[in-house]
Amino acid sequence: MEKQLKDHAALAEAFIRDEEHVNWHDGALWWIRQKRDIASKQIPEWEDLREAASRIKSNVLSNLHDYLLQFEANAIKNGIKVHWAADADEHNAIVYSILKEKDIRQMVKSKSMLTEECHLNEYLIERGIDVINSDLGEYIQQLDNEPPSHIVLPCIHKRKEEIGELFHEHLGTEKGVSDPTLLTRVARGHLRNVFITRRAALTGVNFAVAETGEYVVCTNEGNADMGAHLSEVQIASMGLEKIVPQKKHLGVFLRLLARSATGQPITIYSSHFKKPREGQEMHLILVDYGRSRQLGRPEFRDSLKCIRCGACMNTCPVYRKSGGLSYHNTISGPIGAILAPNLDMKKHADLPFASTLCGSCSNVCPVKINIHEQLYQWRQVIVREGYAANTKVLSMKAMAWTLSSPTSYSTIGRAGRWVLNNIPFAVNNKFNPWYKQREMPDGPKESFGEWYARNNDQTNDVNDSK
Amino acid sequence: MRVGLFIPCYVNQFYPQAAIATLQLLQKLGVNVVYPPRQTCCGQPMANSGFEHLTQECNDLFLENFSEFDYIVAPSASCVLHVKDHLHSTSDPAQAERVRSRVYELVEFLTDILKVENLTARFPHRVGIHQSCHGLRGLHLAQMSELNAKPFSKPVYLLNMVEGLELVSLDRPDECCGFGGTFCVAEEAVSVKMGKDRVTDHTKNGAEYITSVDLSCLMHLEGILQRNKSAVKAVHIAEILNSTL
Amino acid sequence: MSSRESILAAVLTNQPSASPLPDVDSFKGGTQDSVRTYCDVFTSIGGLLYVVNDFAAISALIKTNFDTTKRIITTLPELSEPFELLSTSVDPHTFDDVELAIIKAELAVAENGAVWLPEQRMGQRIIPYICQHLAVVVPAETIVPTLHEAYDQIGEGQYGFGAFIGGPSKTADIEQALVMGAHGPITMTVFILKQADDLTVVV
Repeated sequence: MEKQLKDHAALAEAFIRDEEHVNWHDGALWWIRQKRDIASKQIPEWEDLREAASRIKSNVLSNLHDYLLQFEANAIKNGIKVHWAADADEHNAIVYSILKEKDIRQMVKSKSMLTEECHLNEYLIERGIDVINSDLGEYIQQLDNEPPSHIVLPCIHKRKEEIGELFHEHLGTEKGVSDPTLLTRVARGHLRNVFITRRAALTGVNFAVAETGEYVVCTNEGNADMGAHLSEVQIASMGLEKIVPQKKHLGVFLRLLARSATGQPITIYSSHFKKPREGQEMHLILVDYGRSRQLGRPEFRDSLKCIRCGACMNTCPVYRKSGGLSYHNTISGPIGAILAPNLDMKKHADLPFASTLCGSCSNVCPVKINIHEQLYQWRQVIVREGYAANTKVLSMKAMAWTLSSPTSYSTIGRAGRWVLNNIPFAVNNKFNPWYKQREMPDGPKESFGEWYARNNDQTNDVNDSK
Repeated sequence: MRVGLFIPCYVNQFYPQAAIATLQLLQKLGVNVVYPPRQTCCGQPMANSGFEHLTQECNDLFLENFSEFDYIVAPSASCVLHVKDHLHSTSDPAQAERVRSRVYELVEFLTDILKVENLTARFPHRVGIHQSCHGLRGLHLAQMSELNAKPFSKPVYLLNMVEGLELVSLDRPDECCGFGGTFCVAEEAVSVKMGKDRVTDHTKNGAEYITSVDLSCLMHLEGILQRNKSAVKAVHIAEILNSTL
Repeated sequence: MSSRESILAAVLTNQPSASPLPDVDSFKGGTQDSVRTYCDVFTSIGGLLYVVNDFAAISALIKTNFDTTKRIITTLPELSEPFELLSTSVDPHTFDDVELAIIKAELAVAENGAVWLPEQRMGQRIIPYICQHLAVVVPAETIVPTLHEAYDQIGEGQYGFGAFIGGPSKTADIEQALVMGAHGPITMTVFILKQADDLTVVV
C-alpha cells in the first residue's frame, strides 16, 4: 500500500538516485532499440507491414463480436474447453476450479501479462496452490517478490550482482557468483525439475486465430512448451483483443513482433496450439477485464491493438530513465500509461503525465498505435473527470501552475498574462523544481515586444497592402 | 506576401535575441513581416497539462492577431505544432482551419515556402543539432530515426549553407531532451536526467554550440549547461542563420 | 446473464463500425536466393548449419559433433541405424535424458531462419524442447522466402500442435547477456539436404 501512495514522479526520482544504475538501464534498453532499428531496416516493406498490421487490428476491433464467436466455435471443435471471464476475480476462480477438479496443487506458468494483471499467483497461493513462473526473468522477479518491470524483459532493472545474491539466498549458489551463464544454468536445473513434476501448466496467448480456433504462444526460452507438453492440464489465458481473423495474418504479426521487441527475426519458438495432446485437457480462458469498456472509448480503443512487444518502452526516454516499476502498473511504459487509466482512472491518473509526448513510441509501434496522442487525450479526460488533483505531486505542480502570485511581466491579454505569470521556470525561489538542478534563463533588459516597439515600427508598415 | 511574426510568450520574455534574429533573417530574405503586438500565448502549456478546455481565450486571441496574414511564422516548432493541431474556433471554424494551414515554423518556412537556396551567414563553430520532438515527429522537419524511410533534414540543409559551421554527429540524433512543458517541473528528476544525457551526447562529440528549432528545449539544456558551468552554449537556429560572426 | 453473454453484448455495443481487412497477399513473392539467405540468417541467430547431400553425411557429422554415448533419438527411418527411433506413445517425461533429437522440418523460412514442425514431424510435442541439443533436416527445396509463403503452404494444416523454431533456446534476462539453453536445447543444428552437384559446406 505504501508504494501506491507514491506517484510516478516520486518513484522515478528514487530510481534516478543511483545514477550509474540508471545509465546502465538506459543504455541496455537503448541497445535493444538500436537492434530493433537494424532489424526493421532490413525489411524494405517494414512500414507497409506496420500499416497492414494496424489495419488488420482495426478490422478485428470492428468485428470482434463475430470473431470471438467464430474462434470459440472452432476451438471447441478442436477439443479445447473455452471459458469466459468478465474480470480478474472470475479468471482466477476459473483457473482455481480447473486445478481443484483434478486435485492439482502445483502449477508452472509461462509469461502472461494478463495473469499478472489479474494477480493470479497471489490468488492461487492464498488457496494453497504453488505457482512457479518459468520465464527466467519472471522467475527472478518472483524470487524477489517483485512484479515484472518490463513486459518482455521482466528484470531489466536488476544488475547481475543483485540476481546472484537472490540465487545465493534462494537457490543456494555460492555467494558472489553473478556470471549470467552460470546463473542461467542453475535456474535451468531448478526449472527442469519443476517442468518434469508439474501436472498443470498455464501460458499466455500472443495470437488466437478465429478461422482455425488455434492460438499462438511466442517465447525465446521454450518455457511455455516445456510446461505445456509435459502437463496433463494445459490452461491458456487470453485477453479478448488477441484475435486475428485468419491464419495468413500471423505472417504479418510474426514478422513484426520479435523484430520490434528485441531485433530478432522471429522469437525462437512460435508455438501453434490447436488440439490437446492425447490424454491431456486443454482449457482457454477469454478474459474481458476492462477490454470491452476500452473498446467503447473511441479515442482510446486503438490501444487494444497492442501485441505486447515492448518497443515503446525501449524507445521511451522517460521509461529508460525511470524504470518500469515507477509506473506502478503491470504494463508499464507508454502503452501501460494509456491502458491503465481505463482500469482505474484515479489510481493511474499520474501515468499519462509521465511522458514528454515526444512521439517516439508511436513511431516504433508495430501496429501503429498513436500512443502519444492518446497520452494527450487521457490528460484531458483525467482533468475533466477531476482526477488530476488526486495525484499528490501532480496536484501541487498544478497549483503552482494555476495559482502562483502575479509577477510584473507586462503582457497584453488575460490568458497570456495567466500563462506567463505561471510559467514554471519564471518563479525564482527554492520551491521551484526548475531551479533545483537548472539555472533560470537570464532576464533580458527588454522583451522582444518592447524592442520591436522601439526599433521596428518604421521599418514595416502594418497597413502595407500587397 | 505578408507574414505575421508569431513570437511565443517565453521567447518574447526570455529570448528576444532569437526573435530579433528571426525578424532580421526574414527581412533579409525580402519578406514583408509584421509583429502583431497584442499576441501572447498559443495555449499549449495548458492543453498539454490536460486543460485544453481552458484555451479558447488563447485561440480567439491568436485568430484576432493572425487571421489577416498570408503566413504566420514562429521560431518555435512546439508552439507551431500546437496551433496546427489544436487551434479551434467556435465562432469562425473556417478561419481557424485557414490559420492552422498557414502557420509555419521558421526552418520549414525557409525551405518549403521561400525555398531558400543560399544564405550569407557565417558561424565558425562546431554545432550539434538538438532535434525538438515537436519539430521532428510533429512537423517532420527531418526524418525520424525510428522509421524505415529516406533520410532528410531541413535544419541540416540550411545549416550547411552557413560558412565555417561544422556539424557534429551525435550518438542519439533525435532523442527527447526531457523538457516536455509542465513535465520539466512535475517530473523534475526524469526531466533533468534526460537533459543531462542529451548535453553529454553533444559535449562528448565536441559541440561548442547546441542549436535547435525550439527554445523551450534549449532553455532546459542551457539551464543544465549553466548550472554545470559548461563552456558549451545553447543558441536558436535563427541566430546562426542570421549570424555574420 | 452469463459472463459470456454479457461480454459479447458489451463488445457488440462498443465495437466501432466495420473496417475492411487489408490485402496481405501482396507481401508474397520474394525472389531472393532463399537457400543462401536461410544459411546466413540461421547462422547469425546462433544456429549451426551444414549443407549435405545425403543421410550418410548427416550420420557422420552427428558422430563427430555429438556425444554418441548418450541418448540420441530420431523420427527419421533413414537414421534409425545407429540411432534410436523414437516412440510416439511413451510418456513424454521419459525423454528427459535425451542428448540429441534429430527430426525433419516440413519447411523453413529464409528470412528468419525458422523451421516449421507440425507435431507429426516432432514425433512427440515435447521432443524439440526437452532435448539438450536439436538437429533438424531441411530439404533445400522446402525453404521459402518469408512467413507469408510459409503460411500459404501450411494452409489449415492437419496438426494438433505445430511450431516455428528458429534457433537454440535463448535468454538474455540477466543483464541482456545472451545465454543459449535457457530451458530447451543448448544448440540447434540444421542439415540442409541438397543435390550432390551443388554441394558447399557452410559452418
